[in-house]
Amino acid sequence: MGKTLFQKVWEAHTVGLLPDGRTQLFIATHFVHEVTSPQAFAMLRESGLPVLHPERTFATVDHIIPTDDQREPFADERAQKMISALRRNCRESGIRFFDLPSGQQGIVHMIGPELGISQPGMTIVCGDSHTATHGALGAIAMGIGSTQVRDVLATQTLALSPLKVRQVRVEGLLRPGVSAKDVALHIINLLGAQGGLGYAYEFAGSAIERMDMDGRLTLCNLAIEGAARCGYVNPDETTFAYLKGRPYAPQGADWDAAVARWRSFASDADATYDDIVRINAADIEPTVTWGISPDMSVGISAPLPELTQAKNDEQRRAWQTAYDYMKFAPGESMQGKKVDVVFIGSCTNGRIQDFRTVAPLLRGRHVAAGVRALAVPGSQMTAKLCEEEGIASIFRSAGFEWRLPGCSMCLAMNPDKLTGDQLCASTSNRNFKGRQGSPAGRTLLMSPLMAAAAAITGCVSNPHQVFPNTQL
Amino acid sequence: MPATLQPITRIIGKAVPVPGANMDTDRIIPARFLKCVTFDELTGKMFYDERFNSDGTSKGHPIDAPQHTGASIIIGGENFGCGSSREHAPQAIKRSGVRAVVAESFAEIFFGNSSGIGLPCVCVSPADLTSINAKLTTQPETEWTLDLRTMQLTDGAIAYALHMPAEPREAFLTGRWDTVTELMNATARVEELARSLPAPAYTPLNHAR
Repeated sequence: MGKTLFQKVWEAHTVGLLPDGRTQLFIATHFVHEVTSPQAFAMLRESGLPVLHPERTFATVDHIIPTDDQREPFADERAQKMISALRRNCRESGIRFFDLPSGQQGIVHMIGPELGISQPGMTIVCGDSHTATHGALGAIAMGIGSTQVRDVLATQTLALSPLKVRQVRVEGLLRPGVSAKDVALHIINLLGAQGGLGYAYEFAGSAIERMDMDGRLTLCNLAIEGAARCGYVNPDETTFAYLKGRPYAPQGADWDAAVARWRSFASDADATYDDIVRINAADIEPTVTWGISPDMSVGISAPLPELTQAKNDEQRRAWQTAYDYMKFAPGESMQGKKVDVVFIGSCTNGRIQDFRTVAPLLRGRHVAAGVRALAVPGSQMTAKLCEEEGIASIFRSAGFEWRLPGCSMCLAMNPDKLTGDQLCASTSNRNFKGRQGSPAGRTLLMSPLMAAAAAITGCVSNPHQVFPNTQL
Repeated sequence: MPATLQPITRIIGKAVPVPGANMDTDRIIPARFLKCVTFDELTGKMFYDERFNSDGTSKGHPIDAPQHTGASIIIGGENFGCGSSREHAPQAIKRSGVRAVVAESFAEIFFGNSSGIGLPCVCVSPADLTSINAKLTTQPETEWTLDLRTMQLTDGAIAYALHMPAEPREAFLTGRWDTVTELMNATARVEELARSLPAPAYTPLNHAR
């Protein structure tokens, strides 16, 4: 009987079974950043344990980094202390750190794929829930906590139990202007923010096969928002073409051997799944969230749901809480909601294709009066490409603040924050209460295209109406 | 080497409701409290923005109600601990004196983080959750006993069935919940995999790309 990629990668990395029944799983690649690793390094020091395989851990700084002025010392002493601790920890343990002057710094889930460090068939972990992103390369990639970061540093292994696998098949052609972000929000809405508990999501079907790597990265990034600890796409020609020539990818004779090996990890045609969900690509509209959980979303043309449409009392209460917090009402349209801030960036949508998609539409247009618009490339490599391709100057001319790479306003651990109850059109991944730095701040998750439309019109808009004569 | 651990079998104490589905870790501990290199400053900060207004005045959350003071058990909803993988969330809970969380279900990463620091997360059925919350409303100072051996939560009158995967339960009962010691035993096999499984290797020739 055939196996899924999840099963194959899991088996290839199994060290053995622990006395409590969990699997000891070898971790091929480990990423660390400044927020969740210092505690782990401290635990190692307390225990007198060294980093076992420093060549398999890679570090970057992303969460706390300012995006306007990155000269040190940072204005925020705590942020300075965190980057200094990471620098010291990496130096003392021999871990490669993509520091600010490296030209390769960026959000951890941007640089792993961009540098070719994240490869098919690997187990990849990081103390960050959006590690699911790397699954787009055909890897098992998942977020862990700081104590587990310590486990990986000390032993290059983790104690884990295998996940079930749900295949999410998206078949057919996506409508123009519908991106990976819309597909992800649609899936999360359909299956629920808790729908993926206990599962890995295998994204498959013709719409996924046609999707470029940056789109797949966006899709897998959001698997965790549907409670799936990891999401992945089977490696194919798109994957291999993406990786070829990247600094940490194999090359020469090694390349062909690697591709053959990578190909062997793809799910077998006769693999069995714990669940299969089929979605018609044509059913997916440009989608926007209206609430405080990523599953609270609607297609741009649909009215906000009535409380009577909730599937049970629990959901009804959750929707009421969300309406109260967001200051919206059932039956309203999202179109026309005035936004205060637009944020294009994050590990979800801060990639080169996101900026390439939006830039031509911004040419000759300008951000609406009263709107603050931020564009934050996710990595130094993406920022450099945007400068070279003239994308950055288009954003600047359109009235965007073109900023330096980092997590920025996705979670506001740096100075980029909402204030009061500002409404933000955001390409990030979480619309939780207070997520963007103000305890009353309101987040609308959407694609870069819809965010660009919001920036131009000053309100939530259907991108097709804002950019009518453009082939989206 | 890490200190020898004690088994975790039974937790006795008051409980406090933190209701609602999808209680995310941003709400459990807002990101601004993550700006530290240790977990030491998290004590007392759990659910901060749920409990306090921006001027520091109380919002009247059950956690701050006198009848729930010193609660050892949190009673949550569905998908408790979803969102960010920040271990700061279970650390803030544990460092605020809570010793177990009972909910309808838990997000995977939160569950794993909690297990690793000796904070059991156990599930109850939706019907039992309703009943437990009703009791907390009428008799908030009830003393509960959560027993991982019998897998029951009881107020002395009714016993509610608890659920937890067999592996972490075994780890708690045998004092093996902090895994690093266990993971250091299989050195030979780990090194064999380290040699055979490719690691990302920097290739200078390609750097010009």
